[in-house]
Amino acid sequence: MKISVQQLSKHFDGVHAVDGVSLTFESGTITGIVGPNGSGKTTLTHLLSGVLPVDGGAVVFDGVELTRVRPHEISFYGVTRTFQSVRLFEQMSVRDNLLVVLTERGVFASLFERHGERHLKRAQELLLRVGLSGKRDELAVNLSYGQRKLLEIARVLAMDPKAVLFDEPFAGLFPEMVKIVVSVIKELRDRGVTILLIEHNMELIRELSDHLVVMDAGRVLAQGEPDGVLARGDVIEAYLGG
Amino acid sequence: MEYILHLAIIVSIFAILGVSLNLVVGFTGLLSLAHAAFYGVGAYASAILTRSYGWDFFPSVLVGIAVAMFAALLIGLVLSKFDGDYYALASLGFSAIVYSLFLNWRGLTRGSLGLPGIPRPEIFGMSFSEREFFLILALLCLILVYAVSRWIERSSFGRVLKAIREDERALRVFGYRTLLFKLAVFVMASGMAAIAGALFASYTRFIDPNVGLLMDSVLILAMVILGGMASLKGSIFGALFLIVLPELMRFVGFPDLVAAELRQITYGLILILLMLYRPQGLLGKYKL
Repeated sequence: MKISVQQLSKHFDGVHAVDGVSLTFESGTITGIVGPNGSGKTTLTHLLSGVLPVDGGAVVFDGVELTRVRPHEISFYGVTRTFQSVRLFEQMSVRDNLLVVLTERGVFASLFERHGERHLKRAQELLLRVGLSGKRDELAVNLSYGQRKLLEIARVLAMDPKAVLFDEPFAGLFPEMVKIVVSVIKELRDRGVTILLIEHNMELIRELSDHLVVMDAGRVLAQGEPDGVLARGDVIEAYLGG
Repeated sequence: MEYILHLAIIVSIFAILGVSLNLVVGFTGLLSLAHAAFYGVGAYASAILTRSYGWDFFPSVLVGIAVAMFAALLIGLVLSKFDGDYYALASLGFSAIVYSLFLNWRGLTRGSLGLPGIPRPEIFGMSFSEREFFLILALLCLILVYAVSRWIERSSFGRVLKAIREDERALRVFGYRTLLFKLAVFVMASGMAAIAGALFASYTRFIDPNVGLLMDSVLILAMVILGGMASLKGSIFGALFLIVLPELMRFVGFPDLVAAELRQITYGLILILLMLYRPQGLLGKYKL
């Protein structure tokens, strides 16, 4: 299921963080998004995930205009994300961080629900997938930076998503952890999930992206096949400074 | 013996308040300063029904719970839009409004004259006039409130409350309408506070507008923090500690001339030292 972004805008005190951006993210495709700091990449993910309200334009996913649904309902359509600065439930165990995502969303349903074997089994599978099974009873706050990123990835997997917005998932990871995240992203793509990948590591962007978007000053500077886009003079000038 | 029974009853009533406030403050991370107001609402509702309309204690408690929960629903709709310091300030405002209502709605509350002659509870002809029996009743109410709170804690709902405390905005990304959870726990905790209010009114047999004062909210909050955030047992210990400690200090043997002042200073120092060296509280796992 593809995400269509039409003339999306967000301003902060006169600064055009996202300025009339129109893009399409195809299902089963990894779309890399690159650009200098402040180019509007993270703001774009905030708008797509409902973390920030849009000032103008629309986001359509699977025929549903996400900009018209309430922020917490966006996940009901299978859209989820990671955060550039990892946002875990710090004073909760690693397993509880996953159980929150695996259990009931309604007030009354959750009041009468205890997590059961199937929840624990699924949580354990996810922790095994990201290499954190030995940390399940540890408080999230006690994890290393890389482990925190992996837990966030596991939380995304727990959502069984149809679209995932990854905001710099490789930043600060050891090579072994990078391999795990790369394999997770490829696995999601192979399952037909729509993937947005914001990343500064050009090697990984070239390796993973099927389509590349370059943003600058809140606008789309270029897009297309990654090697071709990264070879363009205006992209080199804007992004690499020269 | 009467003195010890009296202390045990007061500790039980405040333990109910501590346990219920912990659901809001410790588990959900909402710094409410309005808890004593719902305690007051429960106290007045029960007192008015038993004293002026001849109701039995238990139905009056149920009405007190309903009134407090309804008030909490209305105010919670506003409060749930806030977090952090703004939540505390807004709840403080509500507390002031309730105090003003108790003081000025003279036709119902008799204002500053208060309501004397509140009857003691009776069930099947058995009166709870004796302190031993009243203590049993207070303990039963505490056990009930504790059991319900523990049930909430162990449910998926309880886990969501903790996640709200940790990162409400991130939780919304996972499909939770956090406002409803905040509202639900606030309403439930307020109902529990009303039970404590009804017990207090029937025990002391007199209430006035001071029953819902901000100072009581601060005292209950201190019990929660001292006992341990998100620790239900901690709230019971917190109530025990803060009610019994000042009483114990009567026996320290300070010179009569300055005994009261020295007791207050020592009491304050003990609290400061505890927060310095045990900031997570007696049984708590994390800090505010």
